Amino acid sequence: MMNVTIAKLALQALLGRRRFYLLLAFPVLLIGLVTLITVLTDGDAAWEIVPGLGYTLVLPLVAILAASSVLGPEVDDGSIVYLLSKPVSRYGIAISKWLVALGATLVAGSLPIFVAALITGDTTRAVALFVGAVVAGTTYSALFLAISAVTRHAVIASLMFVLIWESLLGNLFTGIAWLSISQWGIRIGHALSDELPDPANLPWAIGASLVVTLAGVWFAGDRLRSFSLRGED
Amino acid sequence: MSNLVLDSASRWFGNVVAVNDVSLNIGPGVTGLLGPNGAGKTTLMAMMAGFLAPSAGHVTLDGKPVWRNTEIYHQIGLVPERELSFGYLTGRQFVRANADLHRLPDAAEATERILAEVDMVEPAARRLDTYSKGMRQRVKIAAALVHQPSVLLLDEPFNGVDPRQRMHLMDLLRRLGDDGRTVLFSSHILEEVERLARHIEVVVSGRHAASGDFGAIRRLMTDRPVQYAVQSSDNRALGAVLMAQDSVRAVSLRGDHLDVQVDDLGRFAVDLPGLAKQHDVTLFELSPSDESLESVFAYLVAR
Repeated sequence: MMNVTIAKLALQALLGRRRFYLLLAFPVLLIGLVTLITVLTDGDAAWEIVPGLGYTLVLPLVAILAASSVLGPEVDDGSIVYLLSKPVSRYGIAISKWLVALGATLVAGSLPIFVAALITGDTTRAVALFVGAVVAGTTYSALFLAISAVTRHAVIASLMFVLIWESLLGNLFTGIAWLSISQWGIRIGHALSDELPDPANLPWAIGASLVVTLAGVWFAGDRLRSFSLRGED
Repeated sequence: MSNLVLDSASRWFGNVVAVNDVSLNIGPGVTGLLGPNGAGKTTLMAMMAGFLAPSAGHVTLDGKPVWRNTEIYHQIGLVPERELSFGYLTGRQFVRANADLHRLPDAAEATERILAEVDMVEPAARRLDTYSKGMRQRVKIAAALVHQPSVLLLDEPFNGVDPRQRMHLMDLLRRLGDDGRTVLFSSHILEEVERLARHIEVVVSGRHAASGDFGAIRRLMTDRPVQYAVQSSDNRALGAVLMAQDSVRAVSLRGDHLDVQVDDLGRFAVDLPGLAKQHDVTLFELSPSDESLESVFAYLVAR
């Protein structure tokens, strides 16, 4: 299903835009901040930042940037017709673009979280958080790809999901953990290290992450099948 | 050889009807889709290219529906009006990507062949964002033609292209039509369509207003008032005589000639020489003053 040409073009779209530097800035800042605090303070203050800031904010932001870069602009300006006017499976296009977005999210999101967690010491909890970040990064990138395929305001919509639903409401109502990508990842990480909280049950966290990932990519492909060019405005 | 058929196709967006009950059969050769801006040409093109579902009716290519049918792109090449946003690719990379997406067995060779055909071999190593409008247009056409489709759809292909490049593109499209490919291009510029298309489909306000070769469309409209400029030895005398004819609607003296508005073209043409001779007027010149497509168009819009 993977289409190498589409993936190559998506990668070029990702690397060729100014957003790419923003994508790089997030992990660099995170690691820099954690290093600084580790050096300047005693105790576990630096560790707090990794799940608190890195995992809940940097990871989804990176995923939003990556997913919207590989699909958003092309859908916005309609130039995706150049890819779609080819006998290429729409699901193949969605999968290829998702894999590129996923790769970017893992490299610029999950991996730096792992590095930052390692800097604070304890390897077990670092591995646990990394596993959680890989799961959440995978799920996020599929969800945000699907959002990019339906709306011109994908970045805003995705940000609202992260900031309002997951962060703000998620902090106020514990039940939202059952419907929060970041909490599913945390729960999966908890299976490896007790230092991570236990917000929901494990089979649910695994199942829900899987379902959202598959449904997100499938939905993006289906939207591409029905992609419409609007007439003269 | 492919036929693109619209069968009572309509498309509306909310309350706005963009295309209203259009039936067309586009066969091999060059066809021009002519209409003013906002007539629904882009909507029609999008439906024909499988990028818009008809709200009612059917759009088929050789009998197969085009909407949500990825396989038609083996046969269709599309040149959208939309700008290329792949500025970071070179012309060659872009055309090659198109060849790869079609999984052509020898994509590199197909790329070079089509670049040569549109005369873009030399600038192909430069990035797309350094190209002029005409060059981008040619690269877009190359990308659409790289898999040798039997149908080529071009939306406003001559927009913003300078006259020399326009001639070049027209030659290319004419050649493709002569090869037996189905070439359909849209335009709101009358002389373009006149010069290139053997067959013309006119859309006005979302409706199919006329169809045929240029001559046929002209003949369709012989019952409309036609304007002639007449020069003779005695314009005033001739004017008086003409005004008495049933076929003439209006006569006016204008400088050195006579403007005559004629209802019945056939009768007027037959009667004029006899009338002139009978009243001792010598005719110097008789010319239609609005034979351009523009007037055909204005008439269709007003109809």
